[in-house]
Amino acid sequence: MQPSVEQVWEWLDAVPDPEIPVISLVDLGIIREVAWRNDTLTVAVTPTYSGCPATSIINLDIETALRGHGIEKLELKRQLSPPWTTNWLSEKGREKLEKYGIAPPTAAGGPERCPQCGSVDLKKVSQFGSTPCKAAWRCNDCLEPFDYFKCI
Amino acid sequence: MDASLFQYLLRLGDNTLVLGHRGSEWCGHAPVLEEDIALANTALDLIGQTQLWLGLAAEVEGKGRDADQLAMQRDIWDFRNLLLVELPNGDFGRTLMRQFLFDAWQVINLGRLMNSSNPRVAEIAAKASKEAAYHVERSADTVVGLGDGTEESHVRMQAALEYLWPYVGEMFLGDEVDAAMVAAGIAPDPASLRAEYDALIGRVIKTATLEIPDSSFAHKGGKTGAFHTEHLGHMLCSMQWLQRAYPGASW
Repeated sequence: MQPSVEQVWEWLDAVPDPEIPVISLVDLGIIREVAWRNDTLTVAVTPTYSGCPATSIINLDIETALRGHGIEKLELKRQLSPPWTTNWLSEKGREKLEKYGIAPPTAAGGPERCPQCGSVDLKKVSQFGSTPCKAAWRCNDCLEPFDYFKCI
Repeated sequence: MDASLFQYLLRLGDNTLVLGHRGSEWCGHAPVLEEDIALANTALDLIGQTQLWLGLAAEVEGKGRDADQLAMQRDIWDFRNLLLVELPNGDFGRTLMRQFLFDAWQVINLGRLMNSSNPRVAEIAAKASKEAAYHVERSADTVVGLGDGTEESHVRMQAALEYLWPYVGEMFLGDEVDAAMVAAGIAPDPASLRAEYDALIGRVIKTATLEIPDSSFAHKGGKTGAFHTEHLGHMLCSMQWLQRAYPGASW
């Protein structure tokens, strides 16, 4: 019997992002479609950044998880369009990011508050950070550096 | 058509490949850690875009090659990048000035390519243009910071602009490949990007208290492959040596 598409989404929601393991691939918004084509399960995945080295690990993790749930015929598709945007981050994912110490993206282009102490007195250190999806910021109150999830 | 499209895609992919490699040469050498990370991140985006452009080029060519083979197993005369991107890095200021002069063109060109009649080209352009917008924001900021910085940084940035300026004109020269792309609605006429480009860099260069040289002389030959500088060969020696020594090696 085929597991339902909803079931597969649930399984994928348990696969952590390899770089930021507190959020799932579903939270990240990169799973664009889950569907059955006859007896083959197809999963469409969109890259965050075109050169993100985590992309191949993500595909491997998806495959490992779904095979573990007994999926035999699986097709992973790379979907470029429409391009990934941080608007696709789930509400749950944004909360987990902040709790983990990464400020979630905002349309204003900078963090709303320090994920450590909540201060709004912040300074950008660099537009780039430890992974392609993050920028480096610092809190002027608690003086802690922190990652900001870039808004694109 | 496919032969022209192949050439056009090589131009896009070789620009990002060569500039991406140049950027990566700074890894571990930049003046401060944040700039090191920024250069490496920008280089990574460019190499990612290269995989998309050269991947599509290989499909269009239809000879069983892939992006890796196009990147690592072609020789100098088969490269189709602008001369600007193959020039040696020079100092940090020159590297960032070149990045800005390229980013400004890239962001405008990708904006047009998003409306390409070829959906594969359009979707790659849409993806890459988000990254390019981020790059130009940063390289423009750095050009302003260094141009309108100390006496020494100002002098170096003006010198960088004067050195690089003769390589800017090639971006806007068209040939029969471009004409075929325009006719098919795949890509814009390069000359049609000039006004927007001049306006964008004019604003930034002025804010940076620098002066654009009064010369329209343009070195050419990179994008057509007719004539590269000697620097590209040296760069390929280090970039390609492993795949040349051990073709197809993987790990």
